[in-house]
Amino acid sequence: TCEYNYVLSCISCEPRVLSLQNILSLILFLLPASALTTGIYMIFSTKPEMATQEVQPNETLTNLKAESDTLKTKLEDERAKLHDVELHQVAEKVDGLGQFIMKTRRTLKGHGNKVLCMDWCKDKRRIVSSSQDGKVIVWDAFTTNKEHAVTMPCTWVMACAYAPSGCAVACGGLDNKCSVYPLSLDKNENLAAKKKSVAMHTNYLSACSFTNSDMQILTSSGDGTCALWDVESGQLLQSFHGHAADVLCLDLAPSETGNTFVSGGCDKKANVWDMRSGQCIQSFETHESDINSVRYYPSGDAFASGSDDATCRLYDLRADREVAIYSKESIIFGASSVDFSLSGRLLFGGYNDYTINVWDVLKGTRVSILFGHENRVSTLRLSPDGTAFCSGSWDHTLRIWA
Amino acid sequence: MAQTNSYRQSSNGVADESPNMLVYRKMEDVIAHMQDETNGIPVRTVKSFLSKIPSVFSGKIHFFIVTVKRLEALHLGTLMAAHGYFFPISDHVLTLKDDGTFYRFQTPYFWPSNCWEPENTDYAVYLCKRTMQNKARLELADYEAESLARLQRAFARKWEFIFMQAEAQAKVDKKRDKIERKILDSQERAFWDVHRPVPGCVNTTEADIKKSSRMKQPHKTRKSVYGLQNDIQSHSPAHTPAPEVKEPTEEEIRDQIQHWQAQLDRHRLKMSKVAESLLSYTGQYVEYDPFFTSPEPSNPWISDDITVWELETSKEPGQQRVKRWGFGINEVLKDPVGREQFLKFLESEFSSENLRFWLAVQEVKKRPIREVPTRVQEIWQEFLAPGAPSAINVDSKSYDKTTQNVKDPGRYAFEDAQEHIYKLMKSDSYSRFLRSTFYQELLQAKKKVNNCTYHCSNNPSRTG
Repeated sequence: TCEYNYVLSCISCEPRVLSLQNILSLILFLLPASALTTGIYMIFSTKPEMATQEVQPNETLTNLKAESDTLKTKLEDERAKLHDVELHQVAEKVDGLGQFIMKTRRTLKGHGNKVLCMDWCKDKRRIVSSSQDGKVIVWDAFTTNKEHAVTMPCTWVMACAYAPSGCAVACGGLDNKCSVYPLSLDKNENLAAKKKSVAMHTNYLSACSFTNSDMQILTSSGDGTCALWDVESGQLLQSFHGHAADVLCLDLAPSETGNTFVSGGCDKKANVWDMRSGQCIQSFETHESDINSVRYYPSGDAFASGSDDATCRLYDLRADREVAIYSKESIIFGASSVDFSLSGRLLFGGYNDYTINVWDVLKGTRVSILFGHENRVSTLRLSPDGTAFCSGSWDHTLRIWA
Repeated sequence: MAQTNSYRQSSNGVADESPNMLVYRKMEDVIAHMQDETNGIPVRTVKSFLSKIPSVFSGKIHFFIVTVKRLEALHLGTLMAAHGYFFPISDHVLTLKDDGTFYRFQTPYFWPSNCWEPENTDYAVYLCKRTMQNKARLELADYEAESLARLQRAFARKWEFIFMQAEAQAKVDKKRDKIERKILDSQERAFWDVHRPVPGCVNTTEADIKKSSRMKQPHKTRKSVYGLQNDIQSHSPAHTPAPEVKEPTEEEIRDQIQHWQAQLDRHRLKMSKVAESLLSYTGQYVEYDPFFTSPEPSNPWISDDITVWELETSKEPGQQRVKRWGFGINEVLKDPVGREQFLKFLESEFSSENLRFWLAVQEVKKRPIREVPTRVQEIWQEFLAPGAPSAINVDSKSYDKTTQNVKDPGRYAFEDAQEHIYKLMKSDSYSRFLRSTFYQELLQAKKKVNNCTYHCSNNPSRTG
């Protein structure tokens, strides 16, 4: 009834600005069915009689909510006005893509449990991966040799990252922290001894990434926030509040000058943040379930997201809207991880149905489906020079594809 | 779970479903289509040697309601079987094969969307019951026998109770009609194949720990298959979950309003323009994308030859790499060799202070916070202070702001100045660089970078 009431006040305030889109969104908003018929009546009548019967205990709150919703609708209208064409229509003039031969070129075996996360080293061949059993392993993916291994004090190490210098890795998970381990050339040295605790959250760490330096780390957490930390001192440099639920993923903008990053969460929102001010500068909410992965398009003007609603979507920052949806009726399991090829023409998506789907970003069609993993694909990243991508899975392995 | 700022505006008013439920609903949609009276898969009784096999359908399924390629249909079908929506009648391993194997639908009672979390005590009852039945087809598999032995040790104290339950269940089963029994037995077995899978098979009931807290719906979770009460009371039947969404505070809504207002004030581009831009970017970079244009001489992952990586680390940039620097100033700033060459060119023109300032400010942002104040002072002295050796020209507004910032130096002290300088470099230095003989010769791969024999007039010190 609460929701019903402030929708009514919305109608009574501005009966004339209801565009078709508004009506449709209002109808959806008024479900379940018992309210539906009354709702439709309310939209088409000029004086809703029932509005006066239920008295809100707090009038200001209702009016504010109404104002907020009106602005939101107005924003959607403004965004819609510039929607003069679809991306895939403009892309008709581009040649279609032929068959790709993408195969597993390396299989990395060694984890004893689900692989949850991985990251590439800038040297284009080394990777770090983390798993449910608390192990973090550094591999030379080219030779498949393990170079370092650390056992974390917690299980479910959901996040790991390679430092830009290649001299350290960061990881964390159920311990609510992000710790940095310097990698020594001495293979016998106990890595755990040099561990440095950097970030402290009040819930699990879902993702971490070094900025363009070994000295700062950006983290996202189940506590609903993201944060930027100074590695040396562990000092919190900036925190980012705005998600209404767990934040599951983040990605830094590829720009040399920009100070922005995008995050996705269980509130179905993808937020773009200014690292300097901590403000959320843009927000997108079109997914129907958790956003598990976000990744910038290589130019930095757009980003893709993968969600439990079984779709991947492309959002453009200049158009300020969703510009493409990558989905198929036969794909019903969530996308856990996405990344672009170097030119941005291909989008690779790892899914919970054990497959990897390759999408033509411009035309919106699926180019390839890759089988191989025997359980969910949990993480996927393109190598720094774009020559391959790596996928990690609950089947305990990582695969390099090219 | 995030408790702060939990103003959850559900965009379409439909109650939030957990991610797992979303998938279960979609699988159940497919099942509904498969079971459709007119268009679904025919389910029939098949005559086999000495008996009848009731209620089965054949694995010769070429498509579900959705038209997909065979391989994909089989994969999706296997997943649905692994989740327990249908099963092969004579195998514990839940897959879908495109041969003559017979499958049976699972009864909705056992569907995963009913939030089953069966206890080991139930599994013990089930296995015990199986041993009481004298049918060859119901004999325990090896892994089941092992499980039973383990459970007997674990529940040694209450084994008598479990045995009694098993007996009681067996009695009830015996009373059933023979055909009905066959069907129910197989469905029960399939249920346990999902919750206690064959070793080596994927356990589809495993949850992502990040989402599992939302999947636990105490009022909905079913823990006991055979009506056993566990020692620990798992839930109260009348329990209703506390609503997850808190009512937003006035302050939160005011913030929201501010946010929407700021968004409305933003400048937006038309879709057509944006689409053209995306097309042109991918078009420009496709020759650099190894998935489209094979790297020279080969992709290391495919050929096992790392020449291409060795070439990249050398100080001699290939023609393709130099060409890329011309795509935009970010490309030359991003590539360490590009930066080096750009700097060398500017030094030859005695106009390198802008780039050096920009690079120094980037460096400051990468340093530990402890070093920042000193570094900021150094940059100020070198580039901006009155009488600075490498004085740069910034607009007065940025200069004033920077002067203020330097008094309380943070990582972003030079942000305005840096932005101004960046724009200057982009329009001035960078375009000069691209037009210069220096760059043009690099592009035509006419000379080696190491020797520094570029043709720049006023630089006698650089002949080599």
